[in-house]
Amino acid sequence: MEARNGDNRWKGKRPQPFLIRLAHWLNVPLLLILAGSGLQIFAAYPALGARGALYGWYPWQGTPPPAWMRFGGWLAGARHWHFALGWFLIGNGIIYLIYMGARGEWRRRMFLPGRDSRNAVFMMAYYLRLRRAAPPIDFYNGLQRLAYSSVILLALVEVLSGLAIYKPVQLWWLEVLFGGYDGARAVHLIGLGLLGLFTLVHLVMVALHPRAIIEMITGGKRA
Amino acid sequence: MPSEMTRRRLLATVATGSVLAACERIAVRSGFLAGMGRWNGRVDRFLFGPERLARELPPSAATPATAFPSYFISDDMPFPPAGWTLKVGGLVARPTTFALDQLRRMTRTDMRVRHHCVEGWSAVASWHGVRLREIADAVGADPRAKYVEFRSFDSGYWSSWDRESALHQQTLLAYGMNGEDLMPDHGAPVRVYSAVKLGYKTVKYLTEVNFLAEPSGGYWEDQGYEWFGGV
Repeated sequence: MEARNGDNRWKGKRPQPFLIRLAHWLNVPLLLILAGSGLQIFAAYPALGARGALYGWYPWQGTPPPAWMRFGGWLAGARHWHFALGWFLIGNGIIYLIYMGARGEWRRRMFLPGRDSRNAVFMMAYYLRLRRAAPPIDFYNGLQRLAYSSVILLALVEVLSGLAIYKPVQLWWLEVLFGGYDGARAVHLIGLGLLGLFTLVHLVMVALHPRAIIEMITGGKRA
Repeated sequence: MPSEMTRRRLLATVATGSVLAACERIAVRSGFLAGMGRWNGRVDRFLFGPERLARELPPSAATPATAFPSYFISDDMPFPPAGWTLKVGGLVARPTTFALDQLRRMTRTDMRVRHHCVEGWSAVASWHGVRLREIADAVGADPRAKYVEFRSFDSGYWSSWDRESALHQQTLLAYGMNGEDLMPDHGAPVRVYSAVKLGYKTVKYLTEVNFLAEPSGGYWEDQGYEWFGGV
């Protein structure tokens, strides 16, 4: 993260502006409670697929998620938490995206295939010890950009599939988009799994590069 | 669903211990969650389109009859008392008691729609009966009655609805399921069935329909489940 883009766009700016940091850290309690309450809701009927014809590919049919992963006490409590905090996640996401668009932050954060694909492949090869040297990195490497862009897309899928399950009749077009009610439930749970996987890798990576955590707290030095 | 949910809740309460159990009761009534609950109730109402119809599904979409869950809150399956009738009253011009045959003589509506349970499962069956809006017309429901209450002989199970959802054209007083007479496990002789509400709002084992100026809560609603409960 040392090297900056050559242009003057980022002059005087912190690598992690206040609003980006705020949105980032708000996601921690929001996603934790949404995940926990979501799994508590799922525990009321821990199966995927149509009644009488459950999906064959889901390995944990009928097995509720472990108690330590759940939040909200019981179904009604979890629903209250889930539907309350869902709006805050949506609000946080909207503010974040507007800020990124208005300030041009997307240029250094988002994955642009033409610019970042090669770099992402080389970075992956470096992590897999197939290449000895890391490719040149400006603000983020290509793989980081791919991960951070994917997780925003994933969050969008989670919000939309969640709304499809929430109001499958009134928002029928969302239900259709996800292949029906059972499809939307499956997408919503798989999305949670992928978010968990992202978080795991993210935690390992920042543990290996602790300066990234400091920057996400302080904002880092102005360019 | 009710008896199953009670069991689950009891199990959950026992399993997580009294500390958590105490927390959950506080959680449901705390200012933040209660406020957000009211907000979500408004969203629910806003999203509801009185003229929007749930998709009618083909016979091939039907859930196998044995896989369609049935629930009641009584310890044993409730059976209709001898001489069962349906009382329709409250803010109406002509309070009326309907016998089953009278309901059957009214215009019959058939629909095959998806049932959405608050637990997360869904299932498809076809239902037939008389639209509640026909009953409302028959008894002369007062425009001031913005709410409709349904009462049952299943240990007093009840629910109250907004008028728009109750008079939606896919809200029935159903006396039949999958082409047959309604069976006791699904709420015989008459139950509320609707494409636009969660399962716990659709009261089975119906005894009374009351048109009211104020909502009167409900069995699960008073324990913390959403009052509007739309889908």
